[in-house]
Amino acid sequence: MRNIRSKLDWLLMPLVGFMIAVAVWEFVSVALCKELPSPAKTWSESRDYVLKPFEKRGEMDQGILRFTWYSLILVAKGYAIALAVGTPLGFMLGLSKTFTKIFDPIIQVLRPVSPLAWLPLGLVLFVGAGKQASELGALFTIAVCAMWPTVLNTAVGVRAIPQDYLNVARVLKLSRSKTFVKVLIPATLPYMFTGFRLSLGIAWLVIVAAEMLTGRPGVGGFLWQEYNALNYARIILCILTIGFVGFALDRLMGCAERCFKTA
Amino acid sequence: MSLLELKSVSKGFGPPGARAEVLRGINLSIEEGEFVAIVGYSGAGKTTLISLIAGLILPDTGTVSLRGVEIVGPGPDRGIVFQNYSLLPWLTVFENVSLAVEQCFPDWTPEQRLEQAERYIRMVHLESAALKRPSELSGGMRQRVSVARALAMEPEILLLDEPFGALDALTRATLQDELARICQDTQTTVVLITNDPDEGIYLADRIVPLSASPSATFGPSVEIDLPRPRDRKGLNHLTRFKEIRRELTDYLVASSRSKRLEVRRTLVLPDIEPEDLSIPRSAIAGRTRPIRRSEIKRETVEI
Ligand SMILES: Nc1ncnc2c1ncn2[C@@H]1O[C@H](COP(=O)(O)OP(=O)(O)OP(=O)(O)O)[C@@H](O)[C@H]1O
Ligand SMILES: [Mg+2]
Repeated sequence: MRNIRSKLDWLLMPLVGFMIAVAVWEFVSVALCKELPSPAKTWSESRDYVLKPFEKRGEMDQGILRFTWYSLILVAKGYAIALAVGTPLGFMLGLSKTFTKIFDPIIQVLRPVSPLAWLPLGLVLFVGAGKQASELGALFTIAVCAMWPTVLNTAVGVRAIPQDYLNVARVLKLSRSKTFVKVLIPATLPYMFTGFRLSLGIAWLVIVAAEMLTGRPGVGGFLWQEYNALNYARIILCILTIGFVGFALDRLMGCAERCFKTA
Repeated sequence: MSLLELKSVSKGFGPPGARAEVLRGINLSIEEGEFVAIVGYSGAGKTTLISLIAGLILPDTGTVSLRGVEIVGPGPDRGIVFQNYSLLPWLTVFENVSLAVEQCFPDWTPEQRLEQAERYIRMVHLESAALKRPSELSGGMRQRVSVARALAMEPEILLLDEPFGALDALTRATLQDELARICQDTQTTVVLITNDPDEGIYLADRIVPLSASPSATFGPSVEIDLPRPRDRKGLNHLTRFKEIRRELTDYLVASSRSKRLEVRRTLVLPDIEPEDLSIPRSAIAGRTRPIRRSEIKRETVEI
């Protein structure tokens, strides 16, 4: 009996947690804040969006997974830019002390800037692009905000490479490019993946803000629209979706990270 | 001309002012095909010495030269087995060895390189582990891969930095035998760093003691004129073995004793005597304070 219970713990315990959360939610909606939709009301109002997740009824009236899909595509693009810029930058920071001395202060200053502050700048930067401006602005914001964990972790990883590996490269007279491919990259990979994972988390955080401000179709855009339309139940639907997708992305990257850690 | 020549080499670390000299006045010449062992205490500067020969670091004064050409950097003509194996953990055993082969013999055909890598993996008996990664191997196996990698480069000189230091006694003995066999077969020049005089005597043609830190330097080197192949068990009973061993340990112990810091100071011990406070002081013959031990002129001890 005890054995079976401990085997099911991984499922039961989180379920208990969810139930408590729903109970608190119910209690708050009934007793404290009448404006907050109860769990039952949330379900009945967002049923259409959940049960027909890919339906497109209008620009801002689509199934929740369709919205999620739009958001994911935008995140993927911005994230790709962040990695493409951040990884080389991290390598340069890790390899060159001079480079670090010159650019580290700037990075430290830019790193804590909120996505909400970057977005208007992004829109201004791409104002010439016309209709594309909002997409490019959003991409810019995601890339700038999501880049830093990759940059910093890669730099730390490069600095942490044991001198022994570099000595091996020196004794074997590996050329610069070969040292890079055969020693530096594999040795840094675990750190890089930690950075990639944190970056993805941030990219997903930023997308919602970016969509809210630009009004693009996506989970964040939908959330903002429903707020303006006073459909509070669907805001909760959006929040839950964002949470679950973020969780799934993190888990996915966690798996990838583990693959490279053991290597 | 000797193969390897170190002339009045010294090396220190640290910023100017707070500089710590590790090696001083190192002179050594090694002939082709010779097996030289260097014994010394931990921290004496053995790794520093082998890094100098490998060219990973450069001497502060003096020169290290190979066949009369001064060494200014590392190169595949000096195969080195690092103290901590230093295999690349993301490559398999085979890839680790063949990376070295690839680098040293760029003109060879792929088949020749494959053959070379396999030959040396066979030589250290690791055929069955060729496709494993270093993390899946035992310490002794890793050490053998490291030896195979160094040998596969067909270096002029093989540098071994405490290759068996981290291994248990049984594995160590096996690997020593293996190394003795390989060296006999390949006739490579070897510099073996060790902290175990017995290991040095068992394997080497000549053994050089390195005095204790700081400013370590070489003591008189000892030729090991014991016949080969040597028998590990029989060795212990040979008078010559005992002589060599005594000579080495005497030098090493003396060097560490002369280097040991001596501190002399006079300790001032507290001069306190217990006193029975229940007896009023004035009551005892006008005494107002207890008598200190240092004030006692005569002390009688009852037996
Ligand atoms: N890169 C370095 N910077 C500063 N000091 C160093 C450096 N390398 C070695 N030393 C110092 O030189 C001395 C000798 O070090 P070394 O590694 O050569 O000793 P060792 O004889 O190989 O010891 P062990 O038997 O424990 O391996 C030590 O006191 C160490 O602190
Ligand atoms: Mg050492």
